[in-house]
Amino acid sequence: MMIDLAETTTGRIHEAIWQARQRLGGPASGMVLTLVIVTDETAQYDAVRAASEAAREHPMRVLAVITRRPTASSRLDAEIRVGETGPGEVVLLRMYGPLGEHADSVVTPLLMPDTPVVTWWPGIPPDLPSGSPLGALAQRRITDAAAAAEPHDCLASLAAHYRPGDTDLSWTRTTPWRTLLAAIMDQPHGTISGGTVEAEAGNPSADLIASWLSVRLGIPFATTVSGGPGITAVTFDTSEGEVSVTRPDGRVAILRRAGQPERKVALHRRDTAELLAEELRRLDPDEVYGETIAPFLSVAPAAVGGSLDGSGAAP
Amino acid sequence: MTSADTEAAAGPPADAGPDAGQQVSAGPGSLAPVITGPVANPLRDPRDRRIPRVAGPCVLVIFGVTGDLARKKLMPAIYDLANRGLLPPGFSLVGFARRDWADEDFAQVTHDAVKEHARTPFRDTVWDQLSEGVRFVPGEFTDDDAFDKLAECVASLDEERGTGGNYAFYLSVPPKFFPLVVKQLKRSGLADPPAPSAGHPVPWRRVVFEKPFGHDLASARALNETLSEVFPPHSVFRIDHYLGKETVQNILALRFANTLYEPIWNRGYVDHVQITMAEDIGIGGRAGYYDGIGAARDVIQNHLMQLLALTAMEEPVSFDADSLRAEKEKVLSAVRVPEDLALGTARGQYAAGWQGGIPVRGFLEEDGIAADSHTETYAAIKLNVDTRRWAGVPFYLRTGKRLPRRMSEIAMMFQRAPHLPFAATDTKELGQNALVIRVQPDEGVTVRFGSKVPDTAMEVRDVNMDFAYGESFTESSPEAYERLLLDVLIGDPPLFPRHREVELSWKVLDPIEEFWAEHGKPEPYPAGSAGPPSADELMRREGRAWRRL
Repeated sequence: MMIDLAETTTGRIHEAIWQARQRLGGPASGMVLTLVIVTDETAQYDAVRAASEAAREHPMRVLAVITRRPTASSRLDAEIRVGETGPGEVVLLRMYGPLGEHADSVVTPLLMPDTPVVTWWPGIPPDLPSGSPLGALAQRRITDAAAAAEPHDCLASLAAHYRPGDTDLSWTRTTPWRTLLAAIMDQPHGTISGGTVEAEAGNPSADLIASWLSVRLGIPFATTVSGGPGITAVTFDTSEGEVSVTRPDGRVAILRRAGQPERKVALHRRDTAELLAEELRRLDPDEVYGETIAPFLSVAPAAVGGSLDGSGAAP
Repeated sequence: MTSADTEAAAGPPADAGPDAGQQVSAGPGSLAPVITGPVANPLRDPRDRRIPRVAGPCVLVIFGVTGDLARKKLMPAIYDLANRGLLPPGFSLVGFARRDWADEDFAQVTHDAVKEHARTPFRDTVWDQLSEGVRFVPGEFTDDDAFDKLAECVASLDEERGTGGNYAFYLSVPPKFFPLVVKQLKRSGLADPPAPSAGHPVPWRRVVFEKPFGHDLASARALNETLSEVFPPHSVFRIDHYLGKETVQNILALRFANTLYEPIWNRGYVDHVQITMAEDIGIGGRAGYYDGIGAARDVIQNHLMQLLALTAMEEPVSFDADSLRAEKEKVLSAVRVPEDLALGTARGQYAAGWQGGIPVRGFLEEDGIAADSHTETYAAIKLNVDTRRWAGVPFYLRTGKRLPRRMSEIAMMFQRAPHLPFAATDTKELGQNALVIRVQPDEGVTVRFGSKVPDTAMEVRDVNMDFAYGESFTESSPEAYERLLLDVLIGDPPLFPRHREVELSWKVLDPIEEFWAEHGKPEPYPAGSAGPPSADELMRREGRAWRRL
């Protein structure tokens, strides 16, 4: 069921959702969270689609906040979708004029009561996720450094402003790689003296894997540039020779280690819906992410300096 | 105590079990993996819950690979694990069966089974790397040659694919073949891991088999002896596919993660407990297995007794395997059968009838069932749990085939309020409060309580409050077999019954089976009905009634 409300208020939106639910024959008792998407008109379709897919695993209310024409006079238009795409419900909130500056006043009354709130910026991350009005009302804040013009600088900015509860989709993208690397380290291996992470240029996930390995193993890991797609190899230098995982095609990884047969394993890249579903699986602070991103402060002092005065990763 | 139990209580044996030192295990109730053993992997951090546990290099050998179970459950589960990135690089699957197949034929069968039954979407890349490790060895269980070929096959997989000499054997075969297969594994040397060499982990060997775990106490012990001659107890995985790990953990979470239920979870509030597993199907093509076994041995001994243990046990001191097992064993050892078995049990056999709009045959007319068979297809028993918590609270267990619908549940029926400050007519429609843990289908929890009917003077009627796992966490639950296979490959057995639990369950059931063998025969009930009249009578005598199916 789709309902369009022009020049509306949150009270009327509430009423419309409630009536739609009644007509479809059930209250929204199973919803586990509210996802606030901060987006614009061009990006909203993909973001809402990914969220609707993730809602199959996490039934939720999706509130897409779209700001339009800041110079117009204040006005709120809402588009409500209930029972269209699965268990959740979606409300697109188009805010015109000065109202766009006060989006939290529209979002707050529409949050599901007594359940967690997650805010997601699918586009360029804000300077200060936890300090922005829509970030402040969430307990989890999802950014995506890969969407920034300078991803590496963006990581530095995110590190500078990290607060528990922040997370980034470029970190989520590393999970299959990290799972594989952790499994390799479960097996006996020589002493590791160093290694490299190889990826296409400007891939923040590669930076994060290198940082994670450095932090966990206490030895430096370098990043090198390849033709992609995405991350193409991770290599460990060990006392028993090189251990490497290469993924030239973005689909199948090959594990090589001295004295053992070559082994293949599927390691595909995941779409946004899968990333989002993983993010929503836990809603407490991701401390490991916090520790992994922290070194970016010292790695790129220039970038950090830039972002602190607001020019590093401005929206 | 048997030697099995001594080992069980001690956890991984001191003489370096197959995976000592490499094991990464998670307690059944905890969400974060806990690193144990001398070699801690710095990349694993209990706080990093995104990284799942992944099996180490290994080969899975399935006996009876042509069966329904292998096709519909095991193979799809293997694919789903691979698709979720939980199988190691080089993982290999070997099928063994009496078929004239080449590796490619078996790979094709697996491919079709996966495409049809897998839970996760089919990806060519995942399948391609999985299929490279698929092998098939034709042969009979009596054929020494075939097992020697199997040994060669897995040895060459170690060479080609680096599976490191780690083998899991899944016995998806009728129980009468268990001893034969196990002996062959011993004879061919497949069951013995090679001596450890420096710098390499000790390879492991594990064996998985499904219920029934014997048909009485004596046979369960005999089976255990056969197994323990060849495999140490921590390498033996007993699997009850009715009882997924998720379900067990859901029950544990409900009971022990909340404060709401514990105060009323005792004789002070509970009137009685009903544990039910109803099936709408008949015995189908399983006559050979089912005749002489019957509903009590097939379902009550393992499934319902495990549910009883989880419901009635005290809180374990931790959620590790041993503490959990200790509590289950304690409560199972406190279970008493009624003094008069004629009054405390009921059994039935389905007769021809209409079920769900389809005419179906009676049990005695099924192919392969003798016309005078005394095998029961419905069993109901009353049990007492002699503990301070449950004294005087009967547990009623029932199971049957050809009942109106498929469902299993644990229903805690509460005592009526000691005093109702209403006129008798006001509460005419008020029943007992109930807390129902639905195991399947539609896993969840229902609470039944009285509520005022709107706009009447004062009338109180039962209403239900419902929680469904599928509503709050859709699509997140992996199939029971996925959890199960992964646990086997990782070597994490906590929730599966050890031999002692199996023995304790048989001790409860054996006197009932003996009584039934000597007295009368099962009472017929029409297919599609809720069971024989004697089962209803069992409850009525005590002023109670079964929950409607």
